[in-house]
Amino acid sequence: MMQLALEVGQTAQPEAIMFWILGPMAVVAALGMLLVKKAVHSAILMAFVMVVLAIFYIAQDAVFLGIVQVVVYTGAVMMLFLFILMLVGVDSSDSLTETIAGLRPIAITAAVGFGGLMVSLLGRATLGRQAIGLSAANADGNVQGIAKELFSTYVFPFEVVSALLITAAMGAMVLAHHQRTTVRPTQRQLSINRFRGESLGSAAGLPGPGVYARHNAVDVPALLPDGTPAPTSVNASLEARGDMLDYKSFDLSEVNTQIEEEK
Amino acid sequence: MNAANYLYISALLFTIGAVGVVVRRNAIVVFMCIELMLNAANLSFVTFSRINGDLDGQVMAFFTMVVAACEVVVGLAIIVTIYRSRRSASVDDASLLKR
Repeated sequence: MMQLALEVGQTAQPEAIMFWILGPMAVVAALGMLLVKKAVHSAILMAFVMVVLAIFYIAQDAVFLGIVQVVVYTGAVMMLFLFILMLVGVDSSDSLTETIAGLRPIAITAAVGFGGLMVSLLGRATLGRQAIGLSAANADGNVQGIAKELFSTYVFPFEVVSALLITAAMGAMVLAHHQRTTVRPTQRQLSINRFRGESLGSAAGLPGPGVYARHNAVDVPALLPDGTPAPTSVNASLEARGDMLDYKSFDLSEVNTQIEEEK
Repeated sequence: MNAANYLYISALLFTIGAVGVVVRRNAIVVFMCIELMLNAANLSFVTFSRINGDLDGQVMAFFTMVVAACEVVVGLAIIVTIYRSRRSASVDDASLLKR
């Protein structure tokens, strides 16, 4: 026979199954955030934790917050993080060496202490307390309930938050803005610089990457007519990231002389 | 299952985030750990809202999300500004006042 009434403070069985599967996964993903080396992997694990939290919200009758969590956090905030990671990408892999001696043991000890304190405190404070549940508060619908609270009791904080959003947008614009300290060179000036410089080597522009006939990728420098490689042909950011192939193996000077001897 | 289990998860996530802020060096990862702490607090708010049977906790979580969004916008702008001048996103490199 189906049990209709739940025990006091207990939740339905499906929710328990969901919790015991997703909860440990969220904690493992959060721990992984600390342990992985690349910031991009941290971001992906963070997105996973956020999606799990959204599921938790929806499971706890906070449908609006669950959707907002997906849209705002995994949608907007994480995309912003990934965008900045791509901008700053060159040295995004973090060195995990300790720079302050003894910081890590102290941090872990403090974390275990803090976590243990929180968990034991929560155990004492909430165990045996019955959960009322949101079925009464959500009677008119979750969004309508939140709207009623937001535009009556919390209308002044809501206005303050709007001021905060505008201030943040202004702050970001001020920080992103930078004034030119030098006059921007015109095309005419650039052209004069190219032809009146000390060499005419780059008069027709910098050479494109790739080695004739043997290799055609952007990470290999071009070979000049005399067989020597041209490092300037590879994008500077590829070089800074260390993704440039070693061009020595593509040096054709020896091969050329051999062919001449055969003739 | 007791609804308070969500609170334990929340406490664990908050602690992990706090350790990340202290231990990691990359400013972006530090920021993500701060986001993790804010999210953990949100989970507590939502759980308490359920335990107490009113929607105030959910409204608070909503406000926290707005503040977190503002914080990310300004924080990432600062990171980009520091990166532009110092070519590094490590929090240890921004120690000019020490020398």
